[in-house]
Amino acid sequence: MAKVLERKPLTFWERTYLPQIIGGLRITFMNMFRRKETLEYPEQRPQIPRGYRGAPVLVKDPNGREKCVSCQLCEFVCPPKAIRITPGEIPYTAPTAHVEKAPKEFEINMLRCIYCGLCEEVCPEEAIFLQDIYSITGTSREQLVHNKAKLYELGGTRPDNYYKWDKKLTAEKGHAEGGGHH
Amino acid sequence: MDILLFILRYLVSPLIVISVLMGMCAYAVLAERKISSWIQNRVGPNRTQLPILAYIPVAGNILQRIGFSQPMADGLKFLFKEDVLPGHVKKFYYVLAPCLSLMTALLTCTVLPFGLWWSKADGLEHPLVLADVDIGLLFILAVSSLGVYGLVLAGWSSNSKYPFLGGIRASAQLISYELAMGVALLPVFLWSSRPGVVSPLNLYSIVQAQNNLWLIIWQPISALIFLICLFAETNRLPFDMAESETDLVGGFHTEYGSFKFGFFFIAEYAHMIVGSAVFVTLFLGGWNFLPGFADPWPHNLLGSLLTLVWFLAKVVFFVCFFIWIRWTLPRFRYDQVMKLGWNVLLPLSVANFIAYLVFFALFPKV
Repeated sequence: MAKVLERKPLTFWERTYLPQIIGGLRITFMNMFRRKETLEYPEQRPQIPRGYRGAPVLVKDPNGREKCVSCQLCEFVCPPKAIRITPGEIPYTAPTAHVEKAPKEFEINMLRCIYCGLCEEVCPEEAIFLQDIYSITGTSREQLVHNKAKLYELGGTRPDNYYKWDKKLTAEKGHAEGGGHH
Repeated sequence: MDILLFILRYLVSPLIVISVLMGMCAYAVLAERKISSWIQNRVGPNRTQLPILAYIPVAGNILQRIGFSQPMADGLKFLFKEDVLPGHVKKFYYVLAPCLSLMTALLTCTVLPFGLWWSKADGLEHPLVLADVDIGLLFILAVSSLGVYGLVLAGWSSNSKYPFLGGIRASAQLISYELAMGVALLPVFLWSSRPGVVSPLNLYSIVQAQNNLWLIIWQPISALIFLICLFAETNRLPFDMAESETDLVGGFHTEYGSFKFGFFFIAEYAHMIVGSAVFVTLFLGGWNFLPGFADPWPHNLLGSLLTLVWFLAKVVFFVCFFIWIRWTLPRFRYDQVMKLGWNVLLPLSVANFIAYLVFFALFPKV
């Protein structure tokens, strides 16, 4: 059912456009009393959505173990080559000796990082995550190269669903203590 | 004693008037930014803070939020930026154009009466004006016509496409609307030269004659036409063809940088303020209190100050009205501007004039 739009010819007053102008002035005036949309930046921070790709950080286990095993997959996948890892060894007297590797040095050059998230996607240990840190400043180039200590400090601890190294440890111990069922 | 009076009258008072006008221009820039931002649901400049003011407990914070120190920051910016003289401009006219723009606005305010002062000798009231000339109204019309030169020279000397187009559009628009403005003021001349008035074109006598009822009540159509032409004369939206920021990058002031651009900027706001002051003087009764009420101003210094404050309050209301209209109406297209000026306003003002001729012929006592 088509509706015919009625277009009435303009009245005398409407043709002077004065009533429309006054109507417009009323609208702009009422707008002055609405809520302001401005976010006062340093005092109020924006709401960061979930999944936001901010600065990459390293995380620790709830048990306090550093999760990164310096497999260097993130270093190889990083498009601007912002990550530099020097792999190291965990001495076999340590309680986590079964993990065998941990990074000696881990540097992310924030001046090169493009926040793509590929390092987080590729990490087999779920050790590197992109946090919601969007404002990174420094007063020299050295300050903006985050080293291992800074990365762990920014990362903190994340809950772990798998505890894979603990499971491997108990499995190894189970094997060592004599076969069982296979 | 005479020398002192001479210096006070002819050197100090113009300086005071100009500095007040310049101060009002600077704060008009701030008012424009703040009011535009409120209309657009945002907060204007609210971070500038002078180090001294920061220590005042409550007032310091309020002053920061309303952007009180922002004009000083803007002024300093214009002063300290590098003032470039591009190689491709015609140098003499390039430097002359902003001076011409500002000069016409400042000249116009020499004949405006701002308030009253009562002399101690005989208690008579005199206008607070820099130059009490008897042809005040004609002087204003003539000088504001000179304002075209600033824009045209700026557009021409900049030697580049966008300023050229802006200058052409501005000159066409300004001269078209001057006609309608002049003809719309003819009924005001008719009314002010009633039998018995000594100097009809004197702005002070026009304001005095609005003691009882303001002229906007007697001649609303003249006031409306004058207001529309005032918008066109000050190149203010909806008639800002000359500088239309979205069409012509900067219009006539594209090629201008730091301080010369500051001059144009200030000249535009000075034109706006002086134009509002002329409208208030002619149609809104200057410093008269309200239509129908007697003036409550006491006949001493306090009364003078009150008349001045009331006049400035009306002018400030009009400046805010200019800003309000800017963010309400869209810009006219160039041919629409020309059609409005020649096809609508000029015949309407001529018809208005003829109507008032007949009216004053029939009722000469009004």
